[in-house]
Amino acid sequence: MELFLQQVVAGVATGAIYACVALAVVMIYQAIHHLNFAQGEMAMFSTYIAWQLLQWGLPYFVVFPLVILISFVGGFAIERIVFKPIENAPVLSHIVIFIALFAIFNSFAGFIWDFTIKAVPSPFGDGPLWEGAMIGKHQAGMIGVTLVVLLLLWSFFTFTRVGLAMRAAAANPESARLVGIRVSMMTALGWGMASAIGAVAGMLIAPVVFLEPNMMLSILLYGFAGAVLGGLTSPLGAVIGGFIVGVVENLAGTYIPVIGGELKLPIALFLIVAVLLVKPAGLLGRRVVQRV
Amino acid sequence: MSPILEVKGLEASYGDLKVLRGINFEVEQGGVATLLGANGAGKTTTLRAICGMIRRKGEIWYDGDRIDRLSTEAIVRRGIAHVPEGRGTFTTLTTEENLQLGAMTRPMGKDISADIERCYHFFPRLKERRAQQAGTLSGGEQQMLAIARALMLRPRLMLLDEPSFGLAPMITKQIFEILANVKKESGVSMLVVEQNASLALGIADHAYLIETGGIVMAGEAKAIREDEGVRAAYLGY
Repeated sequence: MELFLQQVVAGVATGAIYACVALAVVMIYQAIHHLNFAQGEMAMFSTYIAWQLLQWGLPYFVVFPLVILISFVGGFAIERIVFKPIENAPVLSHIVIFIALFAIFNSFAGFIWDFTIKAVPSPFGDGPLWEGAMIGKHQAGMIGVTLVVLLLLWSFFTFTRVGLAMRAAAANPESARLVGIRVSMMTALGWGMASAIGAVAGMLIAPVVFLEPNMMLSILLYGFAGAVLGGLTSPLGAVIGGFIVGVVENLAGTYIPVIGGELKLPIALFLIVAVLLVKPAGLLGRRVVQRV
Repeated sequence: MSPILEVKGLEASYGDLKVLRGINFEVEQGGVATLLGANGAGKTTTLRAICGMIRRKGEIWYDGDRIDRLSTEAIVRRGIAHVPEGRGTFTTLTTEENLQLGAMTRPMGKDISADIERCYHFFPRLKERRAQQAGTLSGGEQQMLAIARALMLRPRLMLLDEPSFGLAPMITKQIFEILANVKKESGVSMLVVEQNASLALGIADHAYLIETGGIVMAGEAKAIREDEGVRAAYLGY
């Protein structure tokens, strides 16, 4: 029992990582109806910027919001510069650009900061939350921040006009134009927000997995799994999905002897396939109900 | 008084297929004009061209300004509300959110909630369904919602594309009664595209007959209604 509980708590802690990435995935999916393969690399790049600023001696409480802002502007700019011109191009063109962005960010991070592993400090400190606690300070902080981001997102989409306009633009672009919404601006805003959330995820993850250009590779896969599990249209679902993926991954690694550490990653893929087969809209995803 | 909308030599095509071949018409301030014609005559295309939803050539004057170079969003912001064919409601959002979106271009304030109440006054059915996903509304209710959403813009010109589309005759009649009411109470100008000619002529001051991309007849609604040829071809009596 003790072991089980320990593994669940540890799963929730890693789940917080996936939940945060899954949030960014849902954000971009809402805006462009694609999964951005470069999402993880963009988050990794943001994290390098954070590391650099910390190296230059800026305090963490300045670096954190500053990097979020830089990432927002960066994501916004990527949409304006790269995706706006190919707005009406077929899906494959977009995918090629996702892959290009992936390679560009990955290589540039290595080019600028080289490929050696770097340690990023945790803003919450090291060690367990309290004497003998199963969960560390950083893990607890990570879960807290994820929930705060979720709450902020929910409030934004529920209570603000821009949030409503973004939902409308995602649901029906043509009608959105007919009520005067600048749809392509909403898409750019979605890119900015996804990039900002990715930056939060990156900065929270880095103290756990160490910073290097490939740090997001497997995490993005788990993030995708979380988002698909929870439903690609629901931020709350994404967070819950992220936590579930974390727990399932951990329990499977512990209790199914074949799996162990090496076969953990396929679990994410297995989850994606299983969800798509059984409940394609995900746990909390919206099934479009329509009378015809 | 100068017309609120003046269309001169409007052309539009889908690929190589020319759908509008230089049509001219106007809508008077506070008046209702209707475009009548069979399927595929170019009625919907005309409305889409006015709103900048497709490429177009020719001149479109609205309230003294040329708007044929503007984007859809910019045209809407000037006070032209388009109720598209098939209604174009935001099916995943609630009725009330749909109405709020109609007022997206207006400054935030109390009068938006007042206007929502006014819409509920015109369409009591929508009030019952305010928290429901628009996609679950019946066809008639969705058409009501589309018109109500257009009114939320406080438009000076409304473009209505086949308000009777796919609706039972009873509901259609109800919707046209409400439109007549809206015209009387708010003085908004309208351009109505319809296949149901007798209903449209009932509400319109002016009518234009469109056939394969060109206007073949224009005049006062009354005169058109009494024209022998139109009666035979479009009114069926």
